Amino acid sequence: MIAPFRDILLLAATLFALGAFCAVVRRNLIMIVLGIEIMLNAAAIVFVGASLHLNNLDGQTFVLFILAVAATEVSVGLAIIVYAFRRTGSFDPRHFNLLR
Amino acid sequence: MTLYGILFYLISAVVIAATAVAITRQNMVHAVVYLIVSFFGTAMLFYLFGAPLLAALEVIIYAGAIMVLFLFVVMMIRAPSAGESAFAPIQWVPAAFFCLVYLVAAVLMAFRSPGMNEPLKMLSASPRQFALYVFEYHWFSIEVVSMLLLLAVIGALNLGAGRKAGVDEERSYRDKTPQSVED
Repeated sequence: MIAPFRDILLLAATLFALGAFCAVVRRNLIMIVLGIEIMLNAAAIVFVGASLHLNNLDGQTFVLFILAVAATEVSVGLAIIVYAFRRTGSFDPRHFNLLR
Repeated sequence: MTLYGILFYLISAVVIAATAVAITRQNMVHAVVYLIVSFFGTAMLFYLFGAPLLAALEVIIYAGAIMVLFLFVVMMIRAPSAGESAFAPIQWVPAAFFCLVYLVAAVLMAFRSPGMNEPLKMLSASPRQFALYVFEYHWFSIEVVSMLLLLAVIGALNLGAGRKAGVDEERSYRDKTPQSVED
């Protein structure tokens, strides 16, 4: 017997809130992408916990897709960040205000 | 409380603490290493919830590939050492208030809903069962995801290689029109 589903939900909600805080408050492009990763991870925890709660493997399948989407997002996102850094010499999102 | 229950709460505490430390670091290398700790804890939670294949994938992809990619980018680019400028409290206090309202509502719902309080039984889906399930019911989504990964490779290559062509164009343009050097 492990913990009730309620505690899994609370853990994931806390992690999601931490990730959202990181993505909103930090003014550093890499930390913003890290916050998005934390939020995706919290969603994955809920999916696996619900898969155990409902005795259904669909939740674990979704986590497989979340992993793939996270890898895609990070590779393209970091390429964009490196490109933006070479153009402006900064990680601060306030410096990316030109449309060219 | 059984041993698995104790393990769950212990690992959850470590995961939350490591994440909280990670998102407040000024040094990005420290943040990435703390997040690797957090993702290892998440992998153990997946194993506890009966998903051994996903636990292995979490270590391989999240803690292994994604975080190492972050580490490469942080080390490749010499980040400016100047600290970030923080937001003024007038900007983030209303947002924090609304988030707190939602959090309280979510906690109340989680505690009042029926069927949430009994502890979950241990179950485990072996990699073989999981793979059979995925390729029986979700094979088309797997194909779509493989296309997505291919597009990500193309996009990342394009973004990385586009820089050199841009420099050459700019230089040739500048050579042709020397009076526009001040641009």
